[in-house]
Amino acid sequence: MSKCDVSLIVNGKTHTVSVYPMERLLDVLRTKIGLTGTKEGCGEGECGSCSVLMNGELVNSCLVPVLQAEGATLCTIEGLAGENSLHPVQQAFLKCGGAQCGICTPGMVMATVHLLNHNPKPTLAQIREGLGGNLCRCTGYTRIFDAVAEAAGNPR
Amino acid sequence: MQTRVVGVSVPRKEGPAKLTGQARYIDDLSLPGMIFGATVRSTIARGAIEQIRFGEGIAWHEFTIVTAKDIPGRNVVSLIMDDQPCLADGTVNHPEEPILLLAHPDRHALASAVAAVNVTYTPAPSIHSIEESERREHIIWGKDNIFKSYRMEKGDVDQAWKDAAWIVEGEYSTGAQEQLYIEPNGVIAQAGSTTGLTIWGSMQCPFYVHKALVALTGLPAESIRVIQAETGGAFGGKEEYPSMLAAHASLLAMKSGRPVKIIYDRMEDMAATTKRHPSRTRHRTAISADGKLLAAEIDFATDGGAYATLSSTVLSRGTIHAGGPYYWPNIRVNAKAYATNTPPHGAFRGFGAPQSLFALERHMDHIAKTIGLAPDEFRRRNLLHQGMTTATNQVIHEPIVMDQMLERALELTGYHAKVKQFAAHNQTSTKKKGIGIGAFLHGAGFTGSGERYLNALVGLEATAAGGLRVLVSSTEFGQGTNTILCQIAAETLGLEYDDISMAPVDTSISPNSGPTVASRTAMIIGKIVQTAALKMRQTLIDSGLLEPSAGREQFLAACQAYRKQFGELQSFSHYEAAPNIFWNDELYSGEAYGAYAWAVYMAEVTVDTTTYSVTIDDFVALQEIGKVIHPVLAGGQIEGGVAQGIGYALYEKVVWKDGRMINNQMTNYIMPTAEDIPPIRVYFEEVPYQYGPYGAKGIGELPMDGPAPAIINAVVQATGIEFNSIPLLPEDIFRAMTAEPERPAESLETALAAEGSQ
Repeated sequence: MSKCDVSLIVNGKTHTVSVYPMERLLDVLRTKIGLTGTKEGCGEGECGSCSVLMNGELVNSCLVPVLQAEGATLCTIEGLAGENSLHPVQQAFLKCGGAQCGICTPGMVMATVHLLNHNPKPTLAQIREGLGGNLCRCTGYTRIFDAVAEAAGNPR
Repeated sequence: MQTRVVGVSVPRKEGPAKLTGQARYIDDLSLPGMIFGATVRSTIARGAIEQIRFGEGIAWHEFTIVTAKDIPGRNVVSLIMDDQPCLADGTVNHPEEPILLLAHPDRHALASAVAAVNVTYTPAPSIHSIEESERREHIIWGKDNIFKSYRMEKGDVDQAWKDAAWIVEGEYSTGAQEQLYIEPNGVIAQAGSTTGLTIWGSMQCPFYVHKALVALTGLPAESIRVIQAETGGAFGGKEEYPSMLAAHASLLAMKSGRPVKIIYDRMEDMAATTKRHPSRTRHRTAISADGKLLAAEIDFATDGGAYATLSSTVLSRGTIHAGGPYYWPNIRVNAKAYATNTPPHGAFRGFGAPQSLFALERHMDHIAKTIGLAPDEFRRRNLLHQGMTTATNQVIHEPIVMDQMLERALELTGYHAKVKQFAAHNQTSTKKKGIGIGAFLHGAGFTGSGERYLNALVGLEATAAGGLRVLVSSTEFGQGTNTILCQIAAETLGLEYDDISMAPVDTSISPNSGPTVASRTAMIIGKIVQTAALKMRQTLIDSGLLEPSAGREQFLAACQAYRKQFGELQSFSHYEAAPNIFWNDELYSGEAYGAYAWAVYMAEVTVDTTTYSVTIDDFVALQEIGKVIHPVLAGGQIEGGVAQGIGYALYEKVVWKDGRMINNQMTNYIMPTAEDIPPIRVYFEEVPYQYGPYGAKGIGELPMDGPAPAIINAVVQATGIEFNSIPLLPEDIFRAMTAEPERPAESLETALAAEGSQ
């Protein structure tokens, strides 16, 4: 199989990378573009640690062949914070204790951003559903729910 | 005591780096010229290796290949007994045992190469359960398949039976559980002819890795350096296993001359690394006419897997906790850790206590039902109180607030009203409701003389940037080590939280504060940080650079003045045992732990008798952990532990086939998701512990112990069926509810005839 050039707009910047078409978007982001904030937990779409936004939709980047992302606009964890300030979702996770070991955190934060983009005032049931594809082994999720509610302006 | 920083929920030290994706975990690190390693593993449970052949179609000359013959020192993963080889040499004793290592510059070239290494064996008989191991038809370890035995005895158990109004027996079992940290195990090793050997890895205990590498390589201790990378969850699963992984990467790095990275994928991590020990506990209990516990005979057995690793210490903690938070005038625990041909079981949050406490707390409900007392009343009559002795004859000098917590838990849940309400509801509804109790304790720190042997060393130093930093080998993997140690230092010295930072955990600069295990970091290491801080203050006062009454600015200025004058300002302190701590290792008697955390948990469940699924509707967790250093982190520890306990009770089943885990994927090993977790209501009682920093005790493992018995007790109440094994899956409930225990069908014909006659 031969390599091909794929262009991706990642966090507002266009990258053209030489890749095998079936390489995982996750690996391209991490090794070719150098954005290691996106994590691999299972490699089979169960844990959600590799969640990124692709054209505004939440995807498991371990399940996306990079060719499918040709021309797509991607947002990763590195694309959220400002120069000197955290994104409101990151700030809420920090305040509420939504991050412990931190390995699920980038995916969890991306899933939260996606949820709030589509539903700015989610109920607890909607928060649970919105984060249902992201596994966390440390927190028992409770403080993650608090963080999402906090970011939505409804501190619990 | 009024505190400014301790007791306040300051931002997690490494929080911003984790939240922005800047934190560097092991797979995020790369070294120039780095290549990638992989492991060829045993496909059988036990046998002799006859031949290793390298198959066709692979450019083998491009690979670095390592076998046991390449090990320069001893072929062991040095820990306690040194019985586990780093690479199998001639024989294998469990599936997935490492046999041979490969490294290649292209990470993607490894899978097909591993598959092309063809190992042939002469299989030997293998055993896969505690029962098979104790039958001793096949001896697979030592002379009797037993890694370790303990006999813990208090009073005179044998004379107690005659006074009993009731004698109640029960048998309980628990399954293996995967730690399932979301970041799989991984390391990088670099070997240089002049620079020695350097390891970066995801780990809890850098000095364990260091010790193992000294034995493996024969290199002088100072030539080996172990650095902890940001660690994405551990829960005990990165206590001993990283030593194995570091050994493998080191061998490949030494042979290839290039840095080698090994990262397990999820399937390899689940199949090959340690899990919680499966257990079987048999209880025989004497109870007086007024519902008091008179005596216990407890037989506690664990499945340790193929090598001893940590089984002896896991068994020890399980043994000591087997009597729970109750007063036993007489108690005997016979405990054994058995060898089987599965990958070695190891450390997992709770470390033996969740197993023996599940058995005890199920048994307490079983006794209560047998003797006609309510579960809460039977417990109330037997709880330990201040001044009483534990199962190891340890006098508890501090106040014990178990009674108050029990009463509060009953109030918070509306227990008594619910018991009545559910009994009525369950008569007509297909959705059966129940509410269950788990009462328990957890000892903080190493057991018995352990902390004295460890003799932890902690440092504090003034930095060029104008603040201070804490030097420890105590690692952060989510629990909050970085944050709470900085809080304690800041509090002690009248400084701000932001004035204190953590030095990297690196064996070349970190003093050995021991392993990050056993709920010891807050209580033991936190106390030594406090001592080191006071010592630093005294040093400054003695040097004349600091007035005793000086505030923050003067203190920081004095630190800099001292550095200017003397080059550096450092303060080191060792562990100091609290007075009157005596432990007898022979008799298993005395002060088992400096302090215990105490807890009462309650679970309310619904069992749907149409789907046989269990839903947890409410969970209340009350605990007494001494002073709460950081309310948000402490709450997070409890909620996270409860979630793991829910998984242990209801979801997480390791499916074994001939000693191999066959559901080694997140797809079919099910941990709780955001949609499975009930509201978890967490309450802390604070009884300051005199010898802990600002009164703090240990917390990390405690919440793992209580959820499973509370939940299963609730399921038993809901269904009326005595479930005594976990995990309890819907299919288990289905089988029990559809079985006809009174009239076992002898054949299909009899069963059909019985069906037809109804």
